[in-house]
Amino acid sequence: MLELFDGAVPVEQTLAKWYKEEEQSNYGAFIPFIGTIRDEDGIEGLSFDIYEPILNSWYDAWVLKAKQAGAIIKMAHSRGDVMLHESSYIAAVFSPKRRVALEMIDEFVEDFKASAPIWKYDLKDGKRLYAKDRSTAIKGAGLLGVKND
Amino acid sequence: MVTIEFLGPIQKDKINLEAQTLQDVAEHLSQDAELKTWIDTCAVAVNDVMVMDLTTKLNSGDKVSLLPPVCGG
Repeated sequence: MLELFDGAVPVEQTLAKWYKEEEQSNYGAFIPFIGTIRDEDGIEGLSFDIYEPILNSWYDAWVLKAKQAGAIIKMAHSRGDVMLHESSYIAAVFSPKRRVALEMIDEFVEDFKASAPIWKYDLKDGKRLYAKDRSTAIKGAGLLGVKND
Repeated sequence: MVTIEFLGPIQKDKINLEAQTLQDVAEHLSQDAELKTWIDTCAVAVNDVMVMDLTTKLNSGDKVSLLPPVCGG
């Protein structure tokens, strides 16, 4: 399940809903990761652009990978502005035993950071500034520049 | 005619051009000064599928997307 919200992700409601959805599913482990906006570098918040067609196909591939391991994945993310101490991201893995979920949440979140088509901006002094220095080029980047090397 | 779209922080309107392969797109975009700081860090999708090969054939109506570095979460 992939859920996108305009503004902050409602953490308590989302976690409660996911828990309720799976409480009778016989999973022994439910491991959520929650990303919250920290007060640093004078930002007022963060803002996000998402390209949904590729996010959906990236996510679908993870759903399949989780299924093959006997697990399920859920994810929620924000679009637009999210202010300090609000949350913009929740990922969770449910699995029969803890080891699969512990390893998968790590792998999933790292791949999310490296591959999911989401762009982050700092909200600072009334401006929306692309967080270029904290961003990661997607695998295969530079393809169109090869000829010019 | 294929459409080139620029995602996320690249402040550029989509463009249409004649191209048989991604190589043709690369040659066209290399002449665009606005893209100079982006082109080497962008990944590429054709019709919303990520591609890794410049020889990828294009058909009329295809959509080529440039994806700059990402940072979700």
